[in-house]
Amino acid sequence: MIKAILIFNNHGKPRLSKFYEHYNEDTEQQIIRETFHLVSKRDENVCNFLEGGMLIGGSENRLIYRHYATLYFVFCVDSSESELGILDLIQVFVETLDKCFENVCELDLIFHVDKVHNILAEMVMGGMVLETNMNEIIIQVDAQNKMEKSETFIFQSPRQDR
Amino acid sequence: MPAPIRLRELIRTIRTARTQAEEREMIQKECAAIRSSFREEDNTYRCRNVAKLLYMHMLGYPAHFGQLECLKLIASQKFTDKRIGYLGAMLLLDERQDVHLLMTNCIKNDLNHSTQYVQGLALCTLGCMGSSEMCRDLAGEVEKLLKTSNSYLRKKAALCAVHVIRKVPELMEMFLPATKNLLSEKNHGVLHTSVVLLTEMCERSPDMLLHFRKLVPQLVRILKNLIMSGYSPEHDVSGISDPFLQVRILRLLRILGRSDDDSSEAMNDILAQVATNTETSKNVGNAILYETVLTIMDIKSESGLRVLAINILGRFLLNNDKNIRYVALTSLLKTVQTDHNAVQRHRSTIVDCLKDLDVSIKRRAMELSFALVNGNNIRGMMKELLYFLDSCDPEFKADCASGVFLAAEKYAPSKRWHIDTIMRVLTTAGSYVRDDSVPNLIQLITNSVEMHAYTVQRLYKALLDDISQQPLVQVSSWCIGEYGDLLVSGQCEEEEPIQVTEDEVLDVLEGLLVSNLSTPVTRGYSLTAIMKLSTRFSSVVSIYGSSIDVELQQRAVEYNALFKKYDHMRPALLERMPIMEKTASNGPTEIVQTNGETEPSVPDTKHPPLVTQPANQVTARSHDISVFTIDGSFFVTDDVLLNQWFNI
Repeated sequence: MIKAILIFNNHGKPRLSKFYEHYNEDTEQQIIRETFHLVSKRDENVCNFLEGGMLIGGSENRLIYRHYATLYFVFCVDSSESELGILDLIQVFVETLDKCFENVCELDLIFHVDKVHNILAEMVMGGMVLETNMNEIIIQVDAQNKMEKSETFIFQSPRQDR
Repeated sequence: MPAPIRLRELIRTIRTARTQAEEREMIQKECAAIRSSFREEDNTYRCRNVAKLLYMHMLGYPAHFGQLECLKLIASQKFTDKRIGYLGAMLLLDERQDVHLLMTNCIKNDLNHSTQYVQGLALCTLGCMGSSEMCRDLAGEVEKLLKTSNSYLRKKAALCAVHVIRKVPELMEMFLPATKNLLSEKNHGVLHTSVVLLTEMCERSPDMLLHFRKLVPQLVRILKNLIMSGYSPEHDVSGISDPFLQVRILRLLRILGRSDDDSSEAMNDILAQVATNTETSKNVGNAILYETVLTIMDIKSESGLRVLAINILGRFLLNNDKNIRYVALTSLLKTVQTDHNAVQRHRSTIVDCLKDLDVSIKRRAMELSFALVNGNNIRGMMKELLYFLDSCDPEFKADCASGVFLAAEKYAPSKRWHIDTIMRVLTTAGSYVRDDSVPNLIQLITNSVEMHAYTVQRLYKALLDDISQQPLVQVSSWCIGEYGDLLVSGQCEEEEPIQVTEDEVLDVLEGLLVSNLSTPVTRGYSLTAIMKLSTRFSSVVSIYGSSIDVELQQRAVEYNALFKKYDHMRPALLERMPIMEKTASNGPTEIVQTNGETEPSVPDTKHPPLVTQPANQVTARSHDISVFTIDGSFFVTDDVLLNQWFNI
């Protein structure tokens, strides 16, 4: 099971945080800080797995991360997930973001965090992997976005794009 | 009231903040605006406001006042509203808030909505944060959706079912009929989530496991199709057809074949096929291979297959990719108990990994190396491990030192080698040695009777070099106290005896007492050692009677008293320690605390029997030393003395 998915930049500023287990708000922030601290210390050429920090379950859980340009993508998983498989999943996630935003960069994630959540919701649900086929995900996300846009037109409400 | 600003505006504004305080101020202002907007029950802009609130929540600011607003959004007819509402529910709500139960009705309606995306949203939210009450209420709806032909909904329903089962395990039975033809789906998404559902059910209930065993042939067929089918652009990832699904199926096969011969038999061929045919140049191929190896090791596979698996792991160890090496070491660690010989073949590669730069890899290589040590390779392995101990990071030293001691104790080819190894550890990593190893080492040294002279000589020389490492100093002081006479008389057989006088030895021990580097525990050891030497050496020693440490002070005063008033008892009190008996746990010997009134429970032929009717009993209690008299002559129960040294 995936316990949490975090995206933060090189300075530790959170760009997306999704927890699949319940923690209160303070703990969530502490976990983000702790994870950033653990991951930013890592050298560039070491392996992409480490043991989770104490707040998120210690040595029973693993942090699997990938560093792309200015962003860290971190998945915190327990022992039922395959580490190498999750690495591939992160790759698929980033490639999907790339397709959806056209050459995605940090700014896209900053200004469209709700869209990123929507894309993620099509890939991981309840801590488990839902869909891994990039094209399938994009089709569904596009369809839902179309629905939103058509509503704006039908209901004549002010521009809802956020 | 002007229209609330858009999310984009808010983000832009916040990014201009230069300090944390400035950011906080902006956020507070916006929160106030949002609150008043909520109070006005504004439907048009609610969606926008909640989106902003979620952004602020991500940055760490409290957003609980938006919870009810999320519910209102969920109840709205517009898809846009529902989307943000459900997202907000997933981020802000959980089962600890009573508010979440209000969602149940909305979700129920949405599960039956005409638009599949709305149904999808409802399933997603239920599957992420549904409480047990909600799951109980809505399980029926989920089960219905599990049987639909719409693959988008079916795959979401499957994962939602997993969540329901996790929250309310009793409902598992309910989903059984729906699983009948899950595996005949063509859609990979549905297949994937169905396998997850089946895995969850099998892991939770042995009955389910038995029931689903019959699916093994079907799973094998699906896997075969994935491997054999040609290039399929839809599911291709780096040249391999749907690796995620392959990995999931392999995992389920593992669970099904675990303790069952027939199922394992049925899987043998496909596992061999996957193991030999998978492309290993990319990570995806390795992920599949890794899962295959784990499956082979777990089920009742034939030995040829097992050897194949371990060889794959061995190849992984040579891979350039650190991640692969890491997982290989982890799996080898799991299998080293059961397939010891096969893993031994890769010993040299594993030992090379000790020199890797990556901390996680080093740790695993160290654990694995200790697991591989046996009577045949002890000398070679120990050389490597001691070299590792020298050069590794401090975080490893304690574990490595303990491991070395354990291995040395089990497989030492000779006593001299053993003592040398211990010496090496104490001198190189002496300050990282665990506290409980000091008594263990002392016991070990006492037991090697013929090595006493050699040991004390080497320890003395080590002390001359360096008195900062406390465990080394403690063990040395103890040995010098016990065998100081051997040291001075130059009786060493194993190596060139050194010339040392009694005064020099005492000087060294006194040096330890005054040194700032010595902890109170160490000072206790050296003080006691000096005391003991008073009987073995001819010159009398002065005792330090004033010390800030209460323990030391008490000791010193009592020793002084011993010298002055009971000097005739001194030689007997400080007689050389007999060989201590080991317990099964390798820990310090079980102490039998006795006083003159009771017999010890363990009769021991080595120790002189206790007196039953003392004519004249003198008990000098000093850290539980009891002294007994038998008709005027004196001796001490060595058991009790043992206790004293250990309870320093």
